[in-house]
Amino acid sequence: MSQQSTPASTPTAQLDLAEEFIRRTTPMSVIRGTLHRYPAISPAVVLLVAVIVFGVINGRFLAPANLSLITQQVAVVGTIGVAQTLIILTAGIDLSVGAIMVFASMVMGQVAAVHGVPGWIALGLGLVVGLAAGALNGVLVTRFRLPPFIVTLGTLSIFVALTLLVSNGSTIQGNQMPALLTWTGDTFRVLGVDITYGVVMMVVLYVIFALILSKTAWGRHVYAVGDDVEAARLTGIRVNRLLLSVYVTAGAILALGAWIQIGRSFAASPNAAIDINLDSITAVVIGGTSLFGGRGNIWGTLLGALIVGVFRNGLALAGLDVLFQTLAVGILVIVAVGIDQWIRRVRK
Amino acid sequence: MTIADSAAQAATAAPTDARTPVLQAKRLVKTYGHVVGLDGVSLELYAGEVLAIIGDNGAGKTTLIKCLTGAELPDEGQILLDGRPVHFKRPQDARDSGIETVYQSLAVSPALDVAANLYLGREIRRKGILGSVFRVMDIKGMRAKAKAQVLELGISTLQDVTVPVENLSGGQRQAVAVARAAAFGSKVVVLDEPTAALGVRESAQVLALVKRLRDNGVPVILISHNMPQVFEVADRIHIQRLGKRAATITPLSHSMTDAVAIMTGAARA
Repeated sequence: MSQQSTPASTPTAQLDLAEEFIRRTTPMSVIRGTLHRYPAISPAVVLLVAVIVFGVINGRFLAPANLSLITQQVAVVGTIGVAQTLIILTAGIDLSVGAIMVFASMVMGQVAAVHGVPGWIALGLGLVVGLAAGALNGVLVTRFRLPPFIVTLGTLSIFVALTLLVSNGSTIQGNQMPALLTWTGDTFRVLGVDITYGVVMMVVLYVIFALILSKTAWGRHVYAVGDDVEAARLTGIRVNRLLLSVYVTAGAILALGAWIQIGRSFAASPNAAIDINLDSITAVVIGGTSLFGGRGNIWGTLLGALIVGVFRNGLALAGLDVLFQTLAVGILVIVAVGIDQWIRRVRK
Repeated sequence: MTIADSAAQAATAAPTDARTPVLQAKRLVKTYGHVVGLDGVSLELYAGEVLAIIGDNGAGKTTLIKCLTGAELPDEGQILLDGRPVHFKRPQDARDSGIETVYQSLAVSPALDVAANLYLGREIRRKGILGSVFRVMDIKGMRAKAKAQVLELGISTLQDVTVPVENLSGGQRQAVAVARAAAFGSKVVVLDEPTAALGVRESAQVLALVKRLRDNGVPVILISHNMPQVFEVADRIHIQRLGKRAATITPLSHSMTDAVAIMTGAARA
């Protein structure tokens, strides 16, 4: 239309003015727009500030040994967070991540320690358990059209029960297992900081999934399905197939998490990581990924996991009771969701 | 303008015409239990025209379109594409044959950018190992092609194809959906109520886009309730009534009042 070239005289001139007013830029709208585009900025800022503040409060916080401890504490939640991010990006949620991970770790430990199976076969069996558990969730969500919340609430209980059945409630110590299973807890030294192989595996996992999500059609479809499932279906994306693949992939990541967990605690315990379900969701949310699906960034989840780790560690070093750590994490989650809502209100 | 042209087109587009329609429906019947959705509807769409489909609620417009785009299977009748019979079992079949539909809901993904939306579901991969083994998308290539497509359609409001669709206005979003249909609809583009949710100016932009699409040689089927708009862009108007084709008229042979009369059964063509 050529009408726009002559303002004031055209019938739409007033519309232009109104639209200009709505679309005017204020400092606030610029901030909001930027955060909207790069959701990992706010957790990155929070992490930086937290590290500086805790470093000033207590000199030991930045000591190599303490930094090493934080990375190890974050490794398991961080790994599980990758699986949780994938599922939340599709507008789902997985309450069974912790139960599946513990179940996989018990299967690995049990077959290796009690049945004398070689380490690599035990790992393979753990992977099969993870894949099967993910497939179960995925089939229930896609074929039976049940909400992910309900499905995973159910499978959470199922896998907790299976874990107790397999383990009889007893823990398997690290020295009963082949060295391969506890290898993820072994360390090497970089610039005076001890790094475990489990931490390295977690970082590699993030790099791989950051690339997959941003560079492949599969990654783009994960976002599209979470964003608007009907639109995705109409553009020809096979939604059910994609969702199933996401849950199965998450299951494989959980098996990897189980391996890292065994190394981290030098044991396979049915009581390990009871908080990990909510911790993984916390990391995803603090990391700026929306619980409504379709937007977020995998690196944000790593930042979210690090923020929780840093807060817990820093507050403990500052001499505060555990209850303040829990309090701080709670406030962080609510603030993060509040920011997400505010960002989402950007120009409708 | 092209009024003379379209008049000539309309005159030559009579059913006795020797030209093969791009898309043709022959006596389509579709029933839902006792309800007759389509009662032997025929339709011809010729190259380079905008065919509007109008009709009251329940006249069978949507059912007709669903049969033509593979969303529904007709019980009886035949659909011909370039004179050859086709059988669409699902929307993807119609799409693969070059028939693109812009749904009322637009089917765009708000968080993804314009280029990503244009290629959503048919992403292009990089050449070589990166693409075949690692399945890496050719993001730059898709952006360049999206930009070219937008330019070709003359959509001046979509300068930047890297803007997320949610930052666009309703008309711009519609333009994205139409551009996608135009990019892949090599044979036919179907638009379902494209201006229903739009303001005056945005409607005008979309209608301009429809004309440009036709001028680029892609025939368009336009479903609309808006008579002035239909009479502005359509070369021929298919009037649907009670599951049948009541008439096919042109904006030159009939007035808006005539069209409404035929639509409601008050008059015959």
